[in-house]
Amino acid sequence: MSSVGVIDSGICNLGSISRALERAGGQVQVVTTPEELAIQQRLILPGVGSFPAGMDSLESRGLDKAIVAFAATGKPVFGICLGMQLLFETGQEFGLRKGLGLIPGRVRAIKAGELAVPHMGWNSIAPAQEDPLLAGLPSEAFFYFVHSFVCEPASEHVLARTTYGETFCSMVRNGNVRGLQAHPEKSQQCGATVLRNFLGLA
Amino acid sequence: MLAKRIIPCLDVKDGRVVKGVNFVGLRDAGDPVECARRYDAEEADELVFLDITASSDGRNTIVELARHCAESLSIPFTIGGGVRTVADFERLLRAGADKVAMNSAAVRDPGLIRQCSQRFGTQAVVLAVDARQIAPGRWNVYVKGGREDTGLDALDWVRRGTDSGAGEILLTSMDRDGTGKGYDIELTTRAVQAVRVPVIASGGVGTLAHLEEGLKAGAGGVLAAGIFHFGQHSVREAKAYLRAHGVAVRPPLAAV
Repeated sequence: MSSVGVIDSGICNLGSISRALERAGGQVQVVTTPEELAIQQRLILPGVGSFPAGMDSLESRGLDKAIVAFAATGKPVFGICLGMQLLFETGQEFGLRKGLGLIPGRVRAIKAGELAVPHMGWNSIAPAQEDPLLAGLPSEAFFYFVHSFVCEPASEHVLARTTYGETFCSMVRNGNVRGLQAHPEKSQQCGATVLRNFLGLA
Repeated sequence: MLAKRIIPCLDVKDGRVVKGVNFVGLRDAGDPVECARRYDAEEADELVFLDITASSDGRNTIVELARHCAESLSIPFTIGGGVRTVADFERLLRAGADKVAMNSAAVRDPGLIRQCSQRFGTQAVVLAVDARQIAPGRWNVYVKGGREDTGLDALDWVRRGTDSGAGEILLTSMDRDGTGKGYDIELTTRAVQAVRVPVIASGGVGTLAHLEEGLKAGAGGVLAAGIFHFGQHSVREAKAYLRAHGVAVRPPLAAV
């Protein structure tokens, strides 16, 4: 069993991600305070909702600084959906807002053209470079997405891309900090594979 | 590219599946979670639960169902039926439903769509519309299981609903529902042209070719009950058929 801390941002249901991690072999600790966070071996930052609401909820409990300190120890961090977006320097949802700044770049509205926003449904990811998180995925790996904003990292940090109106970064890595725009807990075997891969990181 | 979705639908009353599900080897075909897990294993893209419970006491069972499904499924799911207020909506989302569908309540109070979409995001709000043809090229919105004509034009209503923030339209043809004669393709096509959000075609599926017709008419997903529940076809078979016929569906994965 690999132990994993899941941050309770207070704005989303954790049942789905927690059970998915357990099915992938994880021993889940729900983290609500900086003290609980500091003792984890690896960390998942889930999230739904808006960028400012996500930051508010972390800052109100001092979890923003705790996450940054945790990442500095070199232990694995994985942001999911809004959690991936919060890893970046700035967000533009409902005005400019500072993020955790663990990955250089900003978060901006998706340029979907004529397509409906949010981008919602099953879409494929195309790997941009090798990474343990991507190991064992089929060549056509589909994930379940629900989002209206996308992350813009430098291309050296892009692990995978997805196309919906535009081609955007759907998986990111800066050292020990990674993110996935899709929901692995809603993405059947592909999602389970990524979660298992994350639990195998040390 | 975005895959077209195959969406089995389960009718639930007082926490039990009604209209019978006939899976081989299922211990309890009336248990919605067990049925749902079976569809998850068959690689359905999404599930819809329609709660037809009459009593308000019984309605708590649907919140419990949402919680169990969120914990045991690895695909997204929608819950509809009996949602009357923003509080009803929120309870289901908090319990883990990905989306909540509204039907009669939205007709009674169109402001409900806007309130829910502003609060929880358009992606969580599904507008379920039961339509019946009243003249060539014209459909009205019906409520109370298709018994009561609201007088609303169905195409106007889906336009208004999406303007108010509905992120998806679940469009059921009451004329076709239960007939096995295929979706109302004209209605589906007109609705797809009327709005930018995904339209889910529903009502009338009898064959795999019907699924193809619905998706080629522009529906983002197709809802089906009978052809899957009674073992006529599996979701896997449906996907293989659709892929062979040039529809972009999620490829089947090797059994893990």
